[in-house]
Amino acid sequence: MRGQGAVKASLAHVRGLWNQHALLWLLSRLRLAIRGPLRPFWRDPAAVAGLSLITVVLMAALGSPLLAPHDPTAVNLEQRLLAPNRHFPLGTDHLGRDELSRLLYGARTTLATASVVLATVMAIACTLGTLAGYYGGWRDTVIMSLVDLLLAFPALILAVAIVGTLGPSLTHAMLALATVWWAGYARLIRGMVLAVRQREFIEAARALGASDTRIMLHHVWRNTLGPLMVLATLDMGGIILGIAGLNFLGLGTQPPTPEWGVMLSDGRPFMQSAPRMMLYPGVALCLVVLGFNLLGDGLRDALDPMNQWTYERVE
Amino acid sequence: MQTYLARRLLFLPGLLVGISLISFSLLNLAPGDPAEILLRLQQPGAEAPREAVLALRQALHLDDPLPLRYGRWLYGAVHGDLGTSYRSGKSILHELGQRLPATLLLAVASLAMALALSLPLGIGAAVWRGSPLDGLSRCLGLLGTSVPSYVLALTLMWLLAVKLHWLPAIGYGDPQHLVLPALTLGAGVSASLMRLTRASLLDVLAQDYVRTARAKGVREGTVIGAHALKSALLPVVTVLGMSLGHLLGGAVIVETIFGWPGVGKYAVDAIFLRDYPVIQGFVLYMAVIFLCINLAVDLAYRWLDPRLHFGRQAT
Repeated sequence: MRGQGAVKASLAHVRGLWNQHALLWLLSRLRLAIRGPLRPFWRDPAAVAGLSLITVVLMAALGSPLLAPHDPTAVNLEQRLLAPNRHFPLGTDHLGRDELSRLLYGARTTLATASVVLATVMAIACTLGTLAGYYGGWRDTVIMSLVDLLLAFPALILAVAIVGTLGPSLTHAMLALATVWWAGYARLIRGMVLAVRQREFIEAARALGASDTRIMLHHVWRNTLGPLMVLATLDMGGIILGIAGLNFLGLGTQPPTPEWGVMLSDGRPFMQSAPRMMLYPGVALCLVVLGFNLLGDGLRDALDPMNQWTYERVE
Repeated sequence: MQTYLARRLLFLPGLLVGISLISFSLLNLAPGDPAEILLRLQQPGAEAPREAVLALRQALHLDDPLPLRYGRWLYGAVHGDLGTSYRSGKSILHELGQRLPATLLLAVASLAMALALSLPLGIGAAVWRGSPLDGLSRCLGLLGTSVPSYVLALTLMWLLAVKLHWLPAIGYGDPQHLVLPALTLGAGVSASLMRLTRASLLDVLAQDYVRTARAKGVREGTVIGAHALKSALLPVVTVLGMSLGHLLGGAVIVETIFGWPGVGKYAVDAIFLRDYPVIQGFVLYMAVIFLCINLAVDLAYRWLDPRLHFGRQAT
């Protein structure tokens, strides 16, 4: 028994060390990146403004349970459509729910769903793009035909049709968006993998006897992940717009969950009497997307080699 | 040119088959038994008797093996029969065809709007680089990519229709009704068009032949208008083609907001009525239109730019 305990303790110790090591490694890499290649980023006021915008929204989303003065779903019909006052800083909506709380919790829904979609898209695109680029041959043909096929559809139309068929719900909206969104990335990643595959260090790794899996995971990915992160940031705004659009149409998040797209469409009938109901979620959406666009542009400009993967060269 | 055309045309049937497969599988993804849904729609409220469901399944050939059903559906689709709507019982192709002119009118109007907004601004920003006009174009470009169409639509509606009473908020028929939806749809496209025009013109203005023209003493207006613009606008043509997909997709949201009786609104209405064959037909229809437009744009581009090597496969 004692032996087992000791083994457990030492395992925990090793794990702790490893975690510590990983954290230190990550921090040191981050510091290097901030001082080195990301240095132009900090001199670009627009990019820093974008980063601050996103930080603020992220904090609002994470801190919503602490910051929100009321329950975002508590209906009180006696207090409907109140103008902003001391008790409700941004007023109430048509069901008497506190707008500020709904806005804060909405940030949560929006950012969380967009992150999940982005992660899913990246997982699919990385796997298939790497397989296609690394192995070539029939895998390449099959995967790239699928990509071409998906790109032949106008993306939003296919997404709307998929949600429409599966039935409106947030999960289905996320699924539909991920289904139509990965194809462009897979093509891009395949291109990057093709470029990396030609390099000498891959040949060296193979000469040393590394397996295909190891080469893909260690050598190929490490050299494509950086640019990919930038691309992901650039596209986060697009994904947020896509998902909020589906929500706006009523195909995604269902009431009473607070979400900006839903809040926007809730406000439509009250355009005349309470335009602020549309103003808040509308402005919030624009600011978040603006933040991600500014951040993405800044990152792209700072990491110059990225320019080769975007069709518009913006100086 | 011939080889290129032949290759593109050879590639087309494959894409069409893929598109039809995806559209066909959409209907099979739909939850519930089509026969049961159909019976429930015909007699609302009443529980459909088991025998009636079975008889209808037989009549609709729903019990046949999947490949046979796909073959039958494809045969119909090729012969212009996309099935009938669950709701109205009318031919889907006919209903789509009735609504297409409205969508096309909107798409063309918004493209015109986008060109009218983006070309002068983009050209001005490139010619007077660093001027306030350039700054303005930058801001507008950033706003155009960050403000989602639905937020812009609601803002314009609120400002121009509800507050100022300049234009009707929703409806169809008069040219006045076209302004708001076209402006909304066009704004999103014009942002990227403007950035591209500016970048492309700047590239061309730095080239030797422009300097030669200036050295010859050609007037600045002629240099830009006759010499530089000709080649600077080439990439704009491609993006114009690509933005058509964006327009068709965006039309789904914008048509719903403005009550524009186009194809997009038809599809969204069908989703809430659970009219699955309509959704399926809509995807197939739009994908085929999109494909044809893309092909036409691609060919036009190659015809406009003789520098392109025709034998190479387009990406």
